Amino acid sequence: MTPNTITAGHDAGASATPAYPMKRGCPFDPPAELAQLRTEKPISRVRLWDGSSPWLVTRYEDVRSVLADPRVSADTDRPGYPATSAAILARRKNTRSFIGMDDPEHSTYRKMLISDFTVRRTGSLRPLVEKIVNELLDAMERGPRPVDLVEAFALPLPSMVICQMLGVPYADHDFFQSHSRALLDLSVDVQESMRANDELREYLTGLVAAKEAEPTDDVLGRLAQQRVLTGELSRDDAVSMALLLLVAGHETTANMLGLGTLTLLRHPEQAAEVRDGDPGVVNSAVEELLRLLTVVHSGRRRVAIEDIEIGGVTIHAGEGIIAAGEAANRDPAAFVLPDDLDIHRADNHHVAFGFGVHQCLGQPLARLELQIAYPALLRRFPGLRVDVPIEEIRFRDQMIVYGVQALPVSW
Amino acid sequence: MKIATDRERCIGAGQCVLNAPDVFDQDDEGTVVVLDDHPSPVEEPAVRAAEHACPARVISLVS
Ligand code: HEM
Ligand code: SF4
Repeated sequence: MTPNTITAGHDAGASATPAYPMKRGCPFDPPAELAQLRTEKPISRVRLWDGSSPWLVTRYEDVRSVLADPRVSADTDRPGYPATSAAILARRKNTRSFIGMDDPEHSTYRKMLISDFTVRRTGSLRPLVEKIVNELLDAMERGPRPVDLVEAFALPLPSMVICQMLGVPYADHDFFQSHSRALLDLSVDVQESMRANDELREYLTGLVAAKEAEPTDDVLGRLAQQRVLTGELSRDDAVSMALLLLVAGHETTANMLGLGTLTLLRHPEQAAEVRDGDPGVVNSAVEELLRLLTVVHSGRRRVAIEDIEIGGVTIHAGEGIIAAGEAANRDPAAFVLPDDLDIHRADNHHVAFGFGVHQCLGQPLARLELQIAYPALLRRFPGLRVDVPIEEIRFRDQMIVYGVQALPVSW
Repeated sequence: MKIATDRERCIGAGQCVLNAPDVFDQDDEGTVVVLDDHPSPVEEPAVRAAEHACPARVISLVS
């Protein structure tokens, strides 16, 4: 659908269409309007940056059913697809990765990576993750106070882990961290975003080519040797996969670590339990933080390829759909006292990693890192505290992945 | 209780292994493998959790 050509006043319905994403009130909660929509109009039209008006789905059960529905497409090139920003739309021109494709194409690519991301395979990375966590904590302990937890711990941990897994030299972290940030920043203009994308592609192309020439025992090395050299995958496609993994692999977990630590520090009793480190408690605490914070917060974007009846509404073929995980994860029909942090919450089947065939590939890795990192951090610094008044903390409202920009801490 | 899975549609997300590690595994390609397709009734809650959690909806319980 093209931008609403309706002039003000002509269509009361259109002018009442709320803009999405909405502004947060409390930085720890999704916007209040989402809760209101979920109760009053759980499937309703919203207005996007480009004037289009896709359907916003806010209830837990509806979000799950939309995301698991084969009549719903994640193909960003389909007309009606509700793009997150002009920059993202522009980048699709040279980077199509499987997060924006449908089956069977999507699964052809995803299957090339699954063996590296199974629960058990990821579990074998535990010693590596523990070692990195300890080294980062050692450095924090030796360094000055206060220190920015994001820069000293939350960002380097997932960044080092994904580099090691993929076979990307961590020495280049300044380059790819700043470029990833540009890709995820909604306030960055199209040109700058394209430049970041192109530079990252160029960097990764060199890396994949090197791994074609010289085998390495890592994810990109295996892709280069077993898929690119065999002609199964083009180098360009390998680069798009690498780009997706690199960007998805560190900003997400990093923000869970930053915002998650801040959340725990605001709940000292529950933080103390996480510090004690009982594995059952730590695991359910991680799931609870994933649910409550839903850092990938601007909705899963889809487009209907057939007419779909859902919750008394007909979504027509070609209409955009936004499945708001951040609202679903606070649905009182699915979670008791959904706005509370309860690290003991049972049966926590949140949708923080999405649902359906695009559900997060890296979730076992993210879980492993979070399960190790939170208790280790709290144990090393039992007196850990935020060093600035809460009003001074800047939250990442303009970013595709929500979190804190920085978190000055002391102990 | 009997378990059915559709291996063709499995996306290897591993929710099954997380929820019921004694009943499910993933093969080298990440595809679900049922270790025990007639698990004891004590496993039922875990299997139901896996059925609910599986993002590709490929696990079903036939009783
Ligand atoms: C706490 C950390 C993380 C969160 C909250 C998260 C969240 C998500 C979400 C919501 C999706 C679904 C996108 C959609 O349906 O449109 C997704 C997909 C994906 N994530 Fe994650 N993610 C995290 C960590 C990771 C890590 C560590 C990796 C590692 C490589 C990763 C790689 C991917 C990939 C490749 C996809 C696309 C899967 C597909 O389309 O089949 N993620 N993630
Ligand atoms: S949870 Fe479902 S999709 Fe994931 S590995 Fe198990 S069966 Fe396959």
